[in-house]
Amino acid sequence: MNIDNPNQLIDRLVAQIAPLMQDDCAFVGIHSGGVWVMEALAERLGRDLPTGTLDISFYRDDFSRIGLHPEVKPSQIPFDVENRHVLLVDDVLYTGRTVRAAMNLLFDYGRPASIRLAVLVDRGGRELPICADFAGARLELAPGQHVALLRDDAGELHLSLNQGAA
Amino acid sequence: MSANLQLTPDGRLRHLLTLEGLPARILTQILDTAESFIPVGERELKKVPLLRGKAVFNLFFENSTRTRTTFEIAAKRLSADVINLNIATSATNKGETLLDTVANLSAMQADMFVVRHASSGAPHLIARHVAPHISVVNAGDGRCAHPTQGLLDMFTIRHYKGGFHNLRVAIVGDVLHSRVARSQIHALTTLGCPEVRVVAPKTLLPRDVDSMGVHVHHKMETGIKDCDVVIMLRLQNERMQGALLPSAGEYYKYWGLTPDKLKRAKPDAIVMHPGPMNRGVEIDSDVADGKHSVILPQVTFGIAVRMAVMSMVAGSGA
Repeated sequence: MNIDNPNQLIDRLVAQIAPLMQDDCAFVGIHSGGVWVMEALAERLGRDLPTGTLDISFYRDDFSRIGLHPEVKPSQIPFDVENRHVLLVDDVLYTGRTVRAAMNLLFDYGRPASIRLAVLVDRGGRELPICADFAGARLELAPGQHVALLRDDAGELHLSLNQGAA
Repeated sequence: MSANLQLTPDGRLRHLLTLEGLPARILTQILDTAESFIPVGERELKKVPLLRGKAVFNLFFENSTRTRTTFEIAAKRLSADVINLNIATSATNKGETLLDTVANLSAMQADMFVVRHASSGAPHLIARHVAPHISVVNAGDGRCAHPTQGLLDMFTIRHYKGGFHNLRVAIVGDVLHSRVARSQIHALTTLGCPEVRVVAPKTLLPRDVDSMGVHVHHKMETGIKDCDVVIMLRLQNERMQGALLPSAGEYYKYWGLTPDKLKRAKPDAIVMHPGPMNRGVEIDSDVADGKHSVILPQVTFGIAVRMAVMSMVAGSGA
């Protein structure tokens, strides 16, 4: 599958998500790439639904192994999570650990009615029982391969696929 | 030497003992991390799981209610277990040495010591002797340093003024006995503040003040003129007895910050104070409670700053 154009993948996500949007939904992006995708989704869906951002640094499961991330951003959830249908958005789904941390963080704001997960790319390689409800692309990459979403100075999104040091 | 003791070989914060010699990169990282802890304090559930299962010992060899409390709140918001020891009333009174006390608490599986001590250098001594997984945070030692207070003051200044590069900051009062002033001066200088003034009578200035890279003023009126930030220091009542000052009333007349004197600072100047305040001595109530005062936000920011420091040092052993 060609993943050269993130905008096409976002279009694909929009097509999947649009029929399910209701007034009691909210978009929440995970820093940093997930926030970019979330903003693009919110804009294209054109619904005036609340949005929020999460930085999972304080909820990571590898803190005791690697310490605190040097660049933590504030989490901002400017709406009441209680009874909301939350669409959690990330750029790349890999092990599932980020999503696990994000859900724990989200629950510290309240009890959502539901959480569904939308990702630009599901690259396989899960280590937890987590799956994406919506994905722009589903790939099976080898552990050494690395896919990342980048944003240039003009605000354009790019996906980079590296083979990594095998 | 402190810098080496404070940083890991790969440049991460290992202990926080003094702001002297800490690079701007680390100071900025602490302030940025604290920024991310601010929204945690505004949530209904004010806790993150970062230090779950860690034991933080508050070792206060000298009394302090506010500092101990904010450290305790910070540790609890990080989900650590906090053990408060008021050592002034315990083991050392029975003759135990500082290092024996620390060794015993380490045997109780401590992960972090927050240390307040009347002797300068006590936290350094502890840091040199603890096991590799234990971190030490200085909560004020003698006349030497009070780094988390200095950091929360920097956080407050950055919050209200956006940065440090165009600022004129006056530190007013008992600089001689103030570990807070020393930490502030080191931090302001490192973060690029172009003009740091100390404003005090000669008897309340340290002898080495000229080597601290500050502008010295002996008059309040000229000292705070056109300043963006006015930091008032607490006049420690016990200093009155040492013949350094005539009386509290006299001090207020010349060095107390009144609304009238404050007019000489910039119209949008902020007024800070590390607390506890002596109203009617170093600061007038109308200023302390007035629109320039950011004294209570300082306290709130102090919790986020201490959370940042504790989470950074706790993760440095990884």
